[in-house]
Amino acid sequence: MSGLVLTDFSVSHGAIAAVKNLSFSVEKGQLAAIIGSNGAGKTTLLRALSGLIPATHGNATWNGHSILGRKPEDLVRAGIVHVSEGKSVIPELNVKENLALGGIWRKDRADVAAATEEVCNLFPRLRERLNQSADTLSGGERQMLAIGRALIARPQLLLLDEPSLGLAPLIIEQIFDAISQLRHRLGLTVVLVEQNAMSALKIADIGIIINVGSLVTSGPSTKLLADANLRAAYLGY
Amino acid sequence: MRKSKSMSALIFLAVGIFLLIASNFVDELRVYQGAQVAVYVIAISSIILLTGFSGQISLGHGALMAIGGYAAALSYIHWHVPFLASFIIGSFSAAVAGFILGLAAARLSGPYLAGTTLALAVGLPSLANQFHVLGGEQGLSFDIGEAPMWIAHKTGGDFTQYKWFFWISTICAITTIWFIKNLLQSRYGRTWKAVRGNPSAAALSGINIGQSKVLAFTLSSALAGLSGALLAMLLGLVAPMAFTLTLSFTIVTGAVLAGVTNLTGSIVGALVLVVIPELTDAVATHLGGSEKISANLPGLITSALLILTVLFAPNGPQLHKRKKVGNPS
Amino acid sequence: MLILDTLLIGLSSGAIYALMALALVLVWRSTRVVNFAQAGQAILSTYIGFEAMNRTHNYWVSIPFAIIAGAAIAAFVDAVIMRALSKRSHKGSVSEIAPVIATLGLLGLIRSLTGIIWGNAYVQYASPLSGKGYSIGHHTIPFSPQNTLIVIGALLVMASFAIVFKYTNLGLALRASSFQPEISRLAGIRVDRIRTIGWAFSGAAGAVAGALVTPTSYLSPNSLDLLLVSGFVAAVIGGLDSLIGAVLGGLILGIGFAFILQYVGTSVTFSAAFIILIVVLFLRPRGILGSQIGRRDA
Repeated sequence: MSGLVLTDFSVSHGAIAAVKNLSFSVEKGQLAAIIGSNGAGKTTLLRALSGLIPATHGNATWNGHSILGRKPEDLVRAGIVHVSEGKSVIPELNVKENLALGGIWRKDRADVAAATEEVCNLFPRLRERLNQSADTLSGGERQMLAIGRALIARPQLLLLDEPSLGLAPLIIEQIFDAISQLRHRLGLTVVLVEQNAMSALKIADIGIIINVGSLVTSGPSTKLLADANLRAAYLGY
Repeated sequence: MRKSKSMSALIFLAVGIFLLIASNFVDELRVYQGAQVAVYVIAISSIILLTGFSGQISLGHGALMAIGGYAAALSYIHWHVPFLASFIIGSFSAAVAGFILGLAAARLSGPYLAGTTLALAVGLPSLANQFHVLGGEQGLSFDIGEAPMWIAHKTGGDFTQYKWFFWISTICAITTIWFIKNLLQSRYGRTWKAVRGNPSAAALSGINIGQSKVLAFTLSSALAGLSGALLAMLLGLVAPMAFTLTLSFTIVTGAVLAGVTNLTGSIVGALVLVVIPELTDAVATHLGGSEKISANLPGLITSALLILTVLFAPNGPQLHKRKKVGNPS
Repeated sequence: MLILDTLLIGLSSGAIYALMALALVLVWRSTRVVNFAQAGQAILSTYIGFEAMNRTHNYWVSIPFAIIAGAAIAAFVDAVIMRALSKRSHKGSVSEIAPVIATLGLLGLIRSLTGIIWGNAYVQYASPLSGKGYSIGHHTIPFSPQNTLIVIGALLVMASFAIVFKYTNLGLALRASSFQPEISRLAGIRVDRIRTIGWAFSGAAGAVAGALVTPTSYLSPNSLDLLLVSGFVAAVIGGLDSLIGAVLGGLILGIGFAFILQYVGTSVTFSAAFIILIVVLFLRPRGILGSQIGRRDA
């Protein structure tokens, strides 16, 4: 059973159920866009998948192995990397150091160097700003830095939480373009959580729509994009 | 709620009278220790007020006690005021110092406040060596004398000085607890509770956080000053040695053991502080009576208790709280 | 000449304060806790160095023993006590100061333990270096070979910390974990382990301070108490989250003390700490180099 499989996955904050009985699967190498409005539980879902908060019910497996109850640090070593929402960059460090964090736990230093090279090729702006403090970066550059750092860990499953948040449309395009390229080139499995449903579904293989923690529908992204009702409800047109 | 106010006053009165009568049946050492407990009760409740209810930390209350003690002694010696007046002067002086300190404290957060009060605790007592009038290392003697004759007549029998100390301290302690209890139920108490629970909401609803903090600090210092004056009375003198850094730590310990929001717990905390040296003396002699052990065992046990309390019951044994629905802790 | 003498005294004591302040800041940055037990850890490490000294009769050998002891004790305190504390998420007014109270408790516990094992009597932790000042011509300056060792030792510790922090992956992990623990975990850093290592460094710094300064006076369970206060005041003056600030604060306090001692008199010294602290906090509530970025609580 390869890929990411969620069965009856539930996460509660105290008395509030943020994610309710979610079940879906993402095959290896696919890009899944998780769509939903604010408060839908998307971020909570990712935080539970990456081990930051515990799941209260159900199961989640990656390539057949359960990923529940494991610490984020351990999951990174298993190839699951979560780029969290908002500031995922450490402003007190410079760009080079932020990138170095991505591979800091890895033993293969040569590969870390190679991966860093690749990331700098993918995002040339980062190479220009290597010695600058991360808090001088623009929003888009920070997002590139965060994603770049995640890539240096050579992930197999990449969890991206709203990479487009607060970014200008042009930058969003660039970043989504990069994500799409990466996925194909590296054979990554990507779970992309987004409010920007259109752009996300356009690069995704499958779409998963969530509302108030529960699954609304899921399916191939082309089909979702073609569905007029869904378009009206979630894509605004 | 209304009837409980006069009820509690009666309870306090009854407890007070009971203690005073009981002191006749107990030997001198216990009477003296009873007075010590009473003094600690006041000191501990000053911390409960400041930390538990107003959320500010002070590691320097020993210095405030010193101010109270020295002010009382000085006014007694040089102005020849009656000793009760000297206690009031002591308390008031400490309150003034607390007011000034409180103004600074309102601007400082957690560790910075801890550090400042810590420096105060270490710095203040040494001032005694600088100014001759403060008596230097040996300090000043503070002897309030024997109890007035009419009391000795009324109670019959032997009214020793220790009994006199016990009466004075206990009455002060009971009054203090009663005073704080009422204060906490007043609008000031509600203000502190609001600020502690949610400072931004409190500020938004018009509460002047700085003012309420300074008020808490001032009142807490007044109580500390009173306890310092009483301590001086018990010791018969004021000297830097009586108000060390350890004293500041000890009363914070007592407050934590009491349950930092538990006013009546201050009695438990005070008892523990006074009982532990007793117990450990017994244990130490049992273990062979080495100097090393007997000198350090009290500290060991108190510290261990403190760590355990903070790990497992940081708000103290919540024996007095009933489980109310929606009771915000 | 007097001014130079005073500066030299201030330099040596400032070096010790700087080390203690460094130890405090290291722990503060990674855990937001003021480790009052620092002085306790330091005195215990010093006693262990003292034992090593008694058995090997070699001061230079005893120092690494003290350092290793300091690191181990600190690591133990973090791994066992502080982690237990953070696992219980408390509510109520004690929760913010619970760790501080815990470290106060630890201070008393370790001190008492030390007293029980070695007794409260003053002993001498002897160094082969002379405690007598160097003579320059007819003048004996108040700076002895031991003082030289103190300054060199402090500089070595600071230099090694600086190198580790800036140029090694461990240092990067330490910094990242203290700035943003969650992001660090998501990057694969074992934040708990790293934090314990940070504590170990802090314990080592305190041990060096103890082993170096104790030969200049006496050793007893309480002999480092005042250092706790001075170290803390120095850290606060420098700004609790700045390592460089800790060093600066230590120097300022040391030199400030020396001048006050020289020109005003001994008994004001402790009150001087309080006054220096108040003045600095009044002018700059965050300390000299304390950062303003996103520190909600301090």
